[in-house]
Amino acid sequence: MNPANFDQAAKSNTGNQDYLLQAQKLSVGYKGVPLVEDIQIHLKAGHILTLIGPNGAGKSTLLKTLSRQLQSLSGCITLAGQDIAQMGAKAFAQTLSVLLTDRPRTERMTNAELVASGRHPYTSSLGNLGPEDYLAVEESLNLLNIQDLAKKDFMQGSDGQKQRVLFARTLCQGARVLILDEPTSFLDIRYKLDLLTILRQLAREKGLAIVMSLHELDLAQKVSDDLLCIKDGHIKAYGPADQLFQNSFIQELYDLPGSFNPHFANLEMPPTPGPCKVFVLAGKGRGIPVYRRLQQHGLAFATGVLHENDLDAELARQIASQLITEKAFYPISDASFHQALAALDQAEIFINALEEDDFGPGNARNRDLRDLALKHCQNPRSLRQVSPDLSDL
Amino acid sequence: MQKNLGAPAEAFVSVAKMDRHGRKRFFLVLALLILALHVLIYLNISLGSVAASRQEISEALRYPQPSSELSPEVTMMRDILWKIRLPRLVGVLLLGGALALSGFLMQTFFHNPLAGPYILGISSGAKLFVALLLVFLLSQQKLRLSSFGMILAAFAGSMMCMGFILLVSRHVDNASILVVAGVMLGYICSAITEIVITFADDASLVNLHNWSRGSFSGISWDHIRVMVWPILICTIGVFFLAKPLAAYRLGEGYARSVGVNLRLLRLALVLFSSFLSACVTAFAGPISFVGIAVPHLVKASLQSSRPLYVMPVCFLGGSIFCLACDLIARTAFSPLELSVGAVTAIFGAPIVIYVLLKRGKNGSEVR
Repeated sequence: MNPANFDQAAKSNTGNQDYLLQAQKLSVGYKGVPLVEDIQIHLKAGHILTLIGPNGAGKSTLLKTLSRQLQSLSGCITLAGQDIAQMGAKAFAQTLSVLLTDRPRTERMTNAELVASGRHPYTSSLGNLGPEDYLAVEESLNLLNIQDLAKKDFMQGSDGQKQRVLFARTLCQGARVLILDEPTSFLDIRYKLDLLTILRQLAREKGLAIVMSLHELDLAQKVSDDLLCIKDGHIKAYGPADQLFQNSFIQELYDLPGSFNPHFANLEMPPTPGPCKVFVLAGKGRGIPVYRRLQQHGLAFATGVLHENDLDAELARQIASQLITEKAFYPISDASFHQALAALDQAEIFINALEEDDFGPGNARNRDLRDLALKHCQNPRSLRQVSPDLSDL
Repeated sequence: MQKNLGAPAEAFVSVAKMDRHGRKRFFLVLALLILALHVLIYLNISLGSVAASRQEISEALRYPQPSSELSPEVTMMRDILWKIRLPRLVGVLLLGGALALSGFLMQTFFHNPLAGPYILGISSGAKLFVALLLVFLLSQQKLRLSSFGMILAAFAGSMMCMGFILLVSRHVDNASILVVAGVMLGYICSAITEIVITFADDASLVNLHNWSRGSFSGISWDHIRVMVWPILICTIGVFFLAKPLAAYRLGEGYARSVGVNLRLLRLALVLFSSFLSACVTAFAGPISFVGIAVPHLVKASLQSSRPLYVMPVCFLGGSIFCLACDLIARTAFSPLELSVGAVTAIFGAPIVIYVLLKRGKNGSEVR
């Protein structure tokens, strides 16, 4: 490294350069009426920050303010150490690019041309593209794998294709900070996953800093370094997903009637209310399809005996009315066995989701449970056996 | 990048090649239009209610000033050419181009391919103000109104209607309703103009009546001298907007995000488009549908909506379209002359209907 370069490197490490995007005591809103107040954001290069929160909480408003589409009501936003209110339009556009939720209505514009419009801050005064611009356009087309759409008219594309083209446009602007408002909208699951993979790749390899809003909590958990939760005009929480997805935080954030699995950010409908008329004998994932079918039929059910770490237990915790568990790695105890018997006594329908060779030393007493139940079933007035696919319900 | 390994080699897109292709197409269309322009200039000069041989015409063309050396037939032809046909030709060239360009600017501004000075009632507003001014001056016994005054009156009328349309566009987000509001506004302005003309019945208003239906007749060199500068300055000014206009096609949010100064651009668009259409209305009255039909045809032939290409071709195309329509208006039922507005409507309105139908079919376009 020659001395001149070294000087520059040293300079760029001073001051607020640690954070590419920073907001301090920011309040945002429309027409002087604050929607969200006292926002603090510190975003480093290579990090992804995701905004979550219910509809209308102000996620888009915050993103619009960060990208200068909207004036901030108070507070300060700095981009690469500079106050954004003081930055020139061109310098700002070269440092920060956006993906908006607006769908442009274009006329006779190919997708390649639309992507190339992201090069506006770099082109000559007539707007002609140079070799570097061509390269940037091609690179972002390739990255999103939409080369085959390049020559097609933008308006002819599906909503998902439009979304990918618009995202390519955002990338093509060559900015170090991306502001993405619901980047996954209109995308099918495959492209959602693709998009997140690309975002992670960009953050890792090019050191981009990304702020976006997402509705899918499971995706937010997978891709984000930090989450920012907005509700009722305030920041409810700001931090990594594993710290935020605890207890009933998410349920409260969204006023969820159902339940939320913090490990997989998985949402389930609430258990069917009413007395348990069904008992499901399950384990190692065999219970999951049965539980779902029962919930769709509106039948409350009890299930057991499951070990705490059983796959079925993860779901049963969320949607079963009664769950009988045993400590992980321990054989079924008397207490749980009798609990299960009691539940079986209450039930009118018995479903056995287990196969013969599913009974091992750990859950051997489930075999006894099954035999007892089947004995009861010989008297159809007290208990009836139904197959796991509910076909004979 | 690991993601691209699976992409087949032929999927590679050369954006530079696409760009070159667009440029080639632009120059091809430009060349064809220049050829058409020459043909139409030739026809407009040589055809008319007074027939003349090619020799007489070429001789007459060589004498801008009267000359005693010429034979009586050539002298007559010289007068017709230099006093009537040539100024009219130049006038049509400038005004037709201005009209098409103004239409393109309004379409870009409103994000609405049906917008244009005539259909949004802007021309009618200009017409109303010019008529009011003329009648007022007549009542003051001042019979002559300078061309420049006409332009100013027309501009004031244009701006008034533009202001109204802007208000409407702020409240409704529906492209079709905006057009309906514009058409209604046009009717109101035309009705008031009719009333004003009827009450101010005067022999010298016959001209005004002709003019209020749209006509290129009666354009003199004096008019040209007044119109040429504002139109040229506006046209050149508009070309400097090519780059921000290109970004503006994606809507205001994206335009702002790449660094376009929206307030300035919008102001420039409103002023330039109103002023160009005011110039046309001041000299030729309201001319219908050119502002929609020509930009549409131009975009179709260029297969692009890039303003840098569309704007020059639009100006040229507007000139050609109006030259052709004016030629038809003058010669179809010679010596009777049709109003050029009637001819442009016959050729322009079907294109507007086509655009409407296409938008309807597209589904996503109609909101």
